[in-house]
Amino acid sequence: MIRQEKMTVVSQKQIATNIFELTLRGELVQDMTPGQFVHVKVSDSMEPLLRRPISIANIDKDNNEFTMIYRAEGRGTKVLATNREGQLVNVLGPIGNGFPVEAVKEGGTALLVGGGIGVPPLHELSKQLNARGVKTIHVLGFQSEDVCFYEEEFSALGETHYVTVDGSKGTKGFVTNVLESRAPEFDVFYSCGPLPMLKALEGFYPEKEGYLSFEERMGCGIGACFACVCKTTDQVAKDYVKVCSDGPVFPKGTVAL
Amino acid sequence: MSRLNIQLPGLDLKNPIMPASGCFGFGREYAQLYDLSKLGAIMIKATTVETRPGNPTPRVAETAAGMLNAIGLQNPGIEKVMNEELKFLEQYDVPIIANVAGTETEDYVEVAQRISTAPNVKALELNISCPNVKCGGIQFGTDPATARELVKAVKAVSEVPVYVKLSPNVTNIVEIAQAVEAGGADGITMINTLIGMRLDERTGKPVIANGTGGLSGPAVKPVAIRMVYEVYKAVNIPIIGMGGVTEAQDVIDFMSAGASAVAVGTANFVDHFVCPTIIEELPAKLDKLGVEHISEIIGRSHRS
Repeated sequence: MIRQEKMTVVSQKQIATNIFELTLRGELVQDMTPGQFVHVKVSDSMEPLLRRPISIANIDKDNNEFTMIYRAEGRGTKVLATNREGQLVNVLGPIGNGFPVEAVKEGGTALLVGGGIGVPPLHELSKQLNARGVKTIHVLGFQSEDVCFYEEEFSALGETHYVTVDGSKGTKGFVTNVLESRAPEFDVFYSCGPLPMLKALEGFYPEKEGYLSFEERMGCGIGACFACVCKTTDQVAKDYVKVCSDGPVFPKGTVAL
Repeated sequence: MSRLNIQLPGLDLKNPIMPASGCFGFGREYAQLYDLSKLGAIMIKATTVETRPGNPTPRVAETAAGMLNAIGLQNPGIEKVMNEELKFLEQYDVPIIANVAGTETEDYVEVAQRISTAPNVKALELNISCPNVKCGGIQFGTDPATARELVKAVKAVSEVPVYVKLSPNVTNIVEIAQAVEAGGADGITMINTLIGMRLDERTGKPVIANGTGGLSGPAVKPVAIRMVYEVYKAVNIPIIGMGGVTEAQDVIDFMSAGASAVAVGTANFVDHFVCPTIIEELPAKLDKLGVEHISEIIGRSHRS
């Protein structure tokens, strides 16, 4: 169920250049699943006006805490980055349909491919897959080393490959370069990141089951305003889907790329 | 809540607060958050004869204390709106104002005729002011004679009172207001969004795929208040005011300017509970003003 709650800041840390990790405490954590997102009001004033959709990177139901990792680049996220321990943040969530962890059987292998700020939701997904006895392989792409994060966290969960556009860390190029050269064996793939990456993955693994998480500019975040619609492919009965309420995660082949 | 009830043509409102068309879908999403029966009315998303796919994305962009949108009247068409959306809304004790849109007069007439027969549709809102579609919408709302004739045609077939939603994108909004009154409109809703544009910092090109979008949010409130103030003086039909309403004080302001009820638009995206919150806060506002019933403040800015 979607709820609105003033959540308490537990911690706020900068973990890479302009990349922040914010941990919040509140009741709505109990309803969260990996791949869902929250809609955050970054300021009590009218500036900036709209909420910001931010993915969920880590869920800790025992302590009613969750973590979001975001890039403080625009007006809203820069304001969000000023929040300190004990302050309250207005959060609406959890929103949308997340990644289906049950798609991989125990003992199976999942390939998790992330790009930039699309990497965070894959962390909670990987945790939950590991908890189910699923082996995870992570291929994570970034622009450069200074914006990479969570290397230790992902490495603790499974085989992890870093890729940077400028070659400053891991393989130089794009995630597809790693996938081409290493050809990992897996059962299901999950991905979150820029559209060209999602499109490339669909082309790479036409025979595999896969789930893609999309991003689109949003208004309401709950499906009422029709701002974040995507056209669907011929194989889907509907003409369009809404990223916020029908997604953000869709089975491969749903959204026309 | 009897301090808040308002009677308007076709509408017996428990309170003067309603979500504005296009900002509330057909109510389903907000129904997950609170009881829609709390609302004075619901202005549902614009409905056209055919299914409309809307504009390409990005469709929204944030601006200073506002937002631009160019959704493009995406809706499932009259058939589905009647059979699915309005049926769904029947479970709530709330009058529906159906926003009617089209490309040609015949489209408006067809949608109005059919949708006005739905049991929970108590009024129509004629959309002659959408700035985001190439054909229809705003072309009817910028020429007084065209607006008057369209209202006449719709009035001839509608089974419920007809309100007309005015565009602020005209030189003289009073002229249009008087024209729709002459055409037989039962009320006016105003304002729709202001045409605007935001450019991308890096490319210098428009952020919204459509190029232009409709500006809404707190940034437009002074424009809306001025226009309600002017139109109130010039017509004898009631006004439902909107444009940047985010809190109870904004409602007081719109009603003081001459609105008999108030719609909340963009604020629903920012605080999804804003409508019930405003309704709860209004009695305290009336106490502060020393007013027993909310209708006493309608048009008070014009009193000597």
